[in-house]
Amino acid sequence: MTVLTMLLHIVVLVVVVLLHVAYATYFERKIIGRMQVRMGPMRVGWHGLLQPIADGVKSFFKEDIIPERADQTLFRIAPVICLVAMMSSLAVLPFAEGWVLADIDIGLLFIFGMSALAAYGVVLAGWSSNSKYSFFGGMRSMAQVISYEIAMGLSLVGVMLMAGSLNLSEIVRAQGDSLFGMYLLPQCVGFFVFFIAMLAETNRVPFDLPEAETELVSGYSTEYSGMRYAMFFMAEYIGMLMMASIGTICFLGGWHGPFAVPFFPPFWFVLKVYLFMFAFIWIRATLPRYRYDQLMGLGWKLLIPLALANIVVTAGVKALIG
Amino acid sequence: MSVPSRKILEVPVADGENERYSLRMGPQHPATHGVLRVDLDLDGETIMRCTPQVGYLHRGFEKLAENRTYAQALILTDRLDYIGAMANNVGYCVAVERLLGISVPMRAKYIRTIAAEMSRLSSHLLWLATHALDVGAMTVFLYCFREREILLDLFEELCGARLTYSYPRIGGVRQDVTSRFVDELGRFIDIFPSRIEEYETLIDTNRIWLKRTVGVGKLSGAEALALGITGACLRGSGVDYDLRKHQPYDAYDQVDFEVPLGSDGDVYARYRCRMEEMHQSIRIIRQCLDQLPPGPIIGPDAPDLIMANRAPARMAAGSNRYGGGLIQLIRDQDLFPSGDIYVATEVPKGELGFYFISEGSNRPYRMHIRSPSFMHISALAVVARGGLIADLIANIGSLDVVLGESDR
Repeated sequence: MTVLTMLLHIVVLVVVVLLHVAYATYFERKIIGRMQVRMGPMRVGWHGLLQPIADGVKSFFKEDIIPERADQTLFRIAPVICLVAMMSSLAVLPFAEGWVLADIDIGLLFIFGMSALAAYGVVLAGWSSNSKYSFFGGMRSMAQVISYEIAMGLSLVGVMLMAGSLNLSEIVRAQGDSLFGMYLLPQCVGFFVFFIAMLAETNRVPFDLPEAETELVSGYSTEYSGMRYAMFFMAEYIGMLMMASIGTICFLGGWHGPFAVPFFPPFWFVLKVYLFMFAFIWIRATLPRYRYDQLMGLGWKLLIPLALANIVVTAGVKALIG
Repeated sequence: MSVPSRKILEVPVADGENERYSLRMGPQHPATHGVLRVDLDLDGETIMRCTPQVGYLHRGFEKLAENRTYAQALILTDRLDYIGAMANNVGYCVAVERLLGISVPMRAKYIRTIAAEMSRLSSHLLWLATHALDVGAMTVFLYCFREREILLDLFEELCGARLTYSYPRIGGVRQDVTSRFVDELGRFIDIFPSRIEEYETLIDTNRIWLKRTVGVGKLSGAEALALGITGACLRGSGVDYDLRKHQPYDAYDQVDFEVPLGSDGDVYARYRCRMEEMHQSIRIIRQCLDQLPPGPIIGPDAPDLIMANRAPARMAAGSNRYGGGLIQLIRDQDLFPSGDIYVATEVPKGELGFYFISEGSNRPYRMHIRSPSFMHISALAVVARGGLIADLIANIGSLDVVLGESDR
């Protein structure tokens, strides 16, 4: 019976997340459209509401082209690695008090592990495509993820120190006593580093170098089409959701809010996640793209030292007070 | 004779040479602005050698012009730089007028100046849009197109076409401006400066934009001159060279404007130069609209659109000594002067020159086009060397090349 309930929970979560991905693209296109003095999707359904469904159906039925000289096995599994790694990290996210599939004690670490694993998908896709643009995309992605994974991990150490746990639910509960029910103010440096590293981890503007359209055509996904391309796309959007959730959980107090919302406990969580999503989109509409060496410089020379200083200060303050 | 062993056939490779990675960028690539192909030798992402390849859009305009009359060849110039086609038309007409010795009425000169400056605006807007998009700023692209749309509507009002105008004629313009056009253009130049500010707030002081453009693709004034670069790219390197100012044609000597100059010769300096040029274009258009004189729009000696090759035989009443009736006064006399001439005008991209050899017939014996884009593409090899791929993209955008003009 517990297995069945568990399976049911998983199915519900997967369906909800996939729908979220579909409508996150709609959300993004509509908002960017508004920012860029145009309409966004308008044709399929009322105000283009069915556009994500149409896109999904289209990519599902499209021909799956595999280049003749690509590494067949790796080429096939690369997008699956990406998607599976991203999806499995959803299991440890607490959406509200008790709304979590796997309440494990190393939740934060698990998420890091999974997002590092997803980078394998990107690198292998770039490698196996046997195309120069894909190769560059894969290489860039590898360098970027390695550098920014460090910055991101370090930026969250402050939160771990304050909460005294790696369990995501515990982190949220620990924030209950702090100012506004969130760690945003005491950990503002950590949040700053986290926010930038988050953009880099999800390959979003201004760090979208692995798929820099005007430089590398489409980077690691140049040779992909149809469903396999859609898998990368979904992985990217689930990645955005993941990062937004971690930001919400670690810095914005998770499901805590000014007042409790009846019937739908994750209300504040979802609201905060969508604030992050909006920020992602806003930044995409505003900023140009960094250059490869500048991206590295920013990561190693600014973010990592800042995060380290934050750890030292947080630990010092904690030692003094507690 | 023995077959040489495999080892001898292998080309010796210098150290480090075999680590080079070659990448053929284009002719299908989102950032090469059409069908430019760039062969790159890379060390990591650093460009060791960059070889631009042109010719994918060659349509043989210079040869085609030899089989057309001067009036017919005008339509070919529409398809050179299709982003600022009007400036090409004007440049061509100025050149042919000087070759054939045709005078243009003042009103036509003013209208052509307005049209050429509108074309400069529309070309610079498209340049800014794509350049910003190449560097990654997506929104500027759509903002620029919003204003460019108004300009294209104005062109439509002026001559009925939005892309290939063929509006000027040898000796004037095809039709007069309407009052609606004058009103709407006036409204446009009133709002446009605030729109330029809008683009500048998005990118001008943006740290990422500055990082991507300042100090990238540097060209000193001497280098730029040696490479034959003209236009805003040359002025970005600090060389004061603008044909509108220094060799005025049409109504440019009647209006007051400045030639914006940069000093660093990098991508950012070229960007600033073009942004300032847009302000100057507005100044020129405003003055032209204010001063627009009345009068005819086409000169009395302008050739007909169907150009006759020979002067029409004129008849006169003869004397009785030759049997009476009519006699021909002029026969088989060349209508057009022969010789050769090079006339250059300042189009949005730089100096567009037309070189004609005339044998006295109604078609050029030879027409050569000196296109700025061709020179700018050859400069790409110099500015891109040593930079990264991302810099190459910024450079292609900043040199402002149009392949239709380069390949002709």
